Amino acid sequence: MSKSNITRRGVIKTGAAAGVAGLATPTIFDGSAWAGSHTGFTNAPQGGTVTLGFNVPQTGPYADEGADELRAYELAVEHLNGGGDGGMIPTFSSKTLEGNGILGKKVEFVTGDTQTKSDAARASAKSMIEKDGAIMITGGSSSGVAVAVQALCQEAGIIFMAGLTHSNDTTGKDRKANGFRHFFNSYMSGAALAPVLANAYGKDRKAYHLTADYNWGYTTEEAVVQATEGMGWETVNAVKTPLTQTDFSSYIAPVLQTDADVLVLNHYGGNMINSLTSAVQFGLRDKVANGKNFEIVVPLYSRLMARGAGANVKGIFGSTNWHWSLPDAGSQAFTKSFGTKYGFPPSQAAHTVYCQTLLYADAVNRAGSFNPCAVAEALEDFEFDGLGNGKTLYRGADHQCFKDVLVVKGKENPTSEFDLLEIVEVTPVSQVTYAPDHPQMGGAEATLGSCNPGA
Amino acid sequence: MLGLNKKDAGLFTIVIVLTMLAPFILNPFPENSELAQFNAGYPDLMQRFVIFGIFAIGFNILFGLTGYLSFGHAAFLGVGSYAAIWMMKLLTLNVIPAIIMGIIFAGLCGGGVGFVARSRSGIYFSILTLAFAQMSYALAYSVLTPITGGETGLQIKATDSPLMSSVPEGEIGRANLFGLEMGSSYELSVGGWLFTFNAGYYIAAVCMLIAFYLSIRLFRSPFGMMLRAVKSNQQRMNYTGLNSKPYTLAAFVISGMYAGLAGGLMVAMDTQVGPERMFWTASGEVVLMAILGGVGTLIGPVLGAGMIKYMENIISKINDNILHQWFAFMPDGIEDFMVFIIHPFIGKGWHLTLGIVFMLVVIFLPGGLVEGGQRIGRLFGRKKRAEAEAESTAKTPAE
Repeated sequence: MSKSNITRRGVIKTGAAAGVAGLATPTIFDGSAWAGSHTGFTNAPQGGTVTLGFNVPQTGPYADEGADELRAYELAVEHLNGGGDGGMIPTFSSKTLEGNGILGKKVEFVTGDTQTKSDAARASAKSMIEKDGAIMITGGSSSGVAVAVQALCQEAGIIFMAGLTHSNDTTGKDRKANGFRHFFNSYMSGAALAPVLANAYGKDRKAYHLTADYNWGYTTEEAVVQATEGMGWETVNAVKTPLTQTDFSSYIAPVLQTDADVLVLNHYGGNMINSLTSAVQFGLRDKVANGKNFEIVVPLYSRLMARGAGANVKGIFGSTNWHWSLPDAGSQAFTKSFGTKYGFPPSQAAHTVYCQTLLYADAVNRAGSFNPCAVAEALEDFEFDGLGNGKTLYRGADHQCFKDVLVVKGKENPTSEFDLLEIVEVTPVSQVTYAPDHPQMGGAEATLGSCNPGA
Repeated sequence: MLGLNKKDAGLFTIVIVLTMLAPFILNPFPENSELAQFNAGYPDLMQRFVIFGIFAIGFNILFGLTGYLSFGHAAFLGVGSYAAIWMMKLLTLNVIPAIIMGIIFAGLCGGGVGFVARSRSGIYFSILTLAFAQMSYALAYSVLTPITGGETGLQIKATDSPLMSSVPEGEIGRANLFGLEMGSSYELSVGGWLFTFNAGYYIAAVCMLIAFYLSIRLFRSPFGMMLRAVKSNQQRMNYTGLNSKPYTLAAFVISGMYAGLAGGLMVAMDTQVGPERMFWTASGEVVLMAILGGVGTLIGPVLGAGMIKYMENIISKINDNILHQWFAFMPDGIEDFMVFIIHPFIGKGWHLTLGIVFMLVVIFLPGGLVEGGQRIGRLFGRKKRAEAEAESTAKTPAE
């Protein structure tokens, strides 16, 4: 395959030429790899509709996040097709979305179950591409799945808009030209948290890490260790815990034997709920070490986790991509329209996938084509505002969004079951920006490769 | 034909015809009709049908013949996959060495595990194999991350340069068979129908036919008879002076190699591996496939595999919007009611649907789908069949 050099004019020309060729059907034609259609790229939309593939975990450990993502996707489709109150479309800085679908085509969607397994996720994504003719795949709520589906989309010539995936790898060592991530990552969590922690707890702390034993845990631990050591902290020990662990007492007890005065829990979901509960039960929060109060930190927070851990999260610091209580117009509009439809505020997973869908639709409109290479070109180095995170840049070098990161802590006096986190600080984007060839991101070896339009 | 008796040759011919014409058979509904949702004739699912068919055939050689219930068969599938992907990353993008390497590694692994596990039978054997599989999963998930890629698994990357394949700089290599890419398809559109003939599917299908043929020969061989003897009464067999251990070990290794073949093919069709391929639920799935289709029958496990993969991929994709389209012709109240009734069984409820089907089969058709087929067959040709049965019972020697 030669390196594509797509311009808007060129795309329209090939589209027209292929359209003429298309009149000859139905006949027998030789479609090369993945050919679902015949306008120069995989699954070119025919007729008045365009199909998006929403691939989320509906069963398995992240089913809650998946269900919330699906709600947000349905809301986004409704808004793109001109229904509802338009959500964040009016606040979005780019004004190409007019409620008439994407490029005038009505948006339809198919859904699938990733089961939080890369095999099942790929099977589901493939059926969307091969059978349903999806032009874009989005979703995922674990990094393993996101990396697997992103690679598949690269191979198939489809755009992948990642959902909830926090590991550095997605836009680090496993980055792909056809894949884009709006969510923040481990590095950003570390960089945003460290100064806040140094302010709150002092610069001469000794940290003990408990880390979930898989890729996301590793990248998060690395990011937090580097960022906090940069502030003058010392890392006493970093212990890996099996992902399936439910009783963490055997991991918490040794912490008491060391001279550590901060415990960092690089855990997510049920893991974090169990380990935090265990740590609190062991009385770590009332402990005094080295003359200082013992503290606990959770690098990645979500509202669903905070709810699971209950009163234990009070006063514990962490980072998050977005929170519904943000005061800006975009967040307010989204929370209102999500709340009106479903009766409760959206989670950060819902927010990120809603943004991704809008960003994709807008990029297609600006490019004037569904061709993945044209869309990628439109998204690269695109600056936007009004989607709840302030001014944001979709960096072209690694397809990662750069925006402010929220440092939050568990609220002391929650007013409802959704009001569990309070925003401590909005870390400005300049503080969490890194070079595309940062060692944590796969170094100089990591490459996007070239964009693949498929067919 | 090919050393098969008339009945087996007939069965084999039917299987050949079905697999070769699968793109037509699995796409019975026109592209734009409402029922197109139920079409299964797209490359990925067809590939899965035959690959899991191979996996189930192999499992059936162990479980169906010797009665040894292995609860860790997915580990061999995983080992085969990891071996195959490393072959592609390092040596060549041609699928043949990858598949062969997958079979060899799974066979070696099967030998080791079989040697340890065969010292116990019954439930203890199942627990030992289950423990082994979970151990492999844990190793792949975290301990061996440098080799297995951990949670994110392994893929072919732009930076990989296999020794014997030339990949242009910055391009991601694709699996091929002497230049024929696994993903390449030929599409035939007739009227409203669209049929896809995928290179990868036909390669996997040929592998399945070979695997199926070997399994028929094995079932009918003296070796197969020995394995059946192990199942019916191992003690009596030992008392007659026969050592059953080598037979069970051989069956275990063969069965592991079938799983390795399936694993290698999975990588050949879709170049990535993740550790959850070895998770215990994956091992449980193949047990379900065998039981659903009919344990100890030749074609049963393949049918069971097809059934489960169909549920997983088709039922799980039906959502409320689609239901509303189907029932749009009804008055609003009844439409919502119908959607409400069916909702728990579709989308994320596909496990529930599968569970109900499984229960119905186990309760009413203990012999699996094959027994269902036989009963239908008997309904139509009762007289002829009754004669045939009378004839066959007459020939059976007294025990």
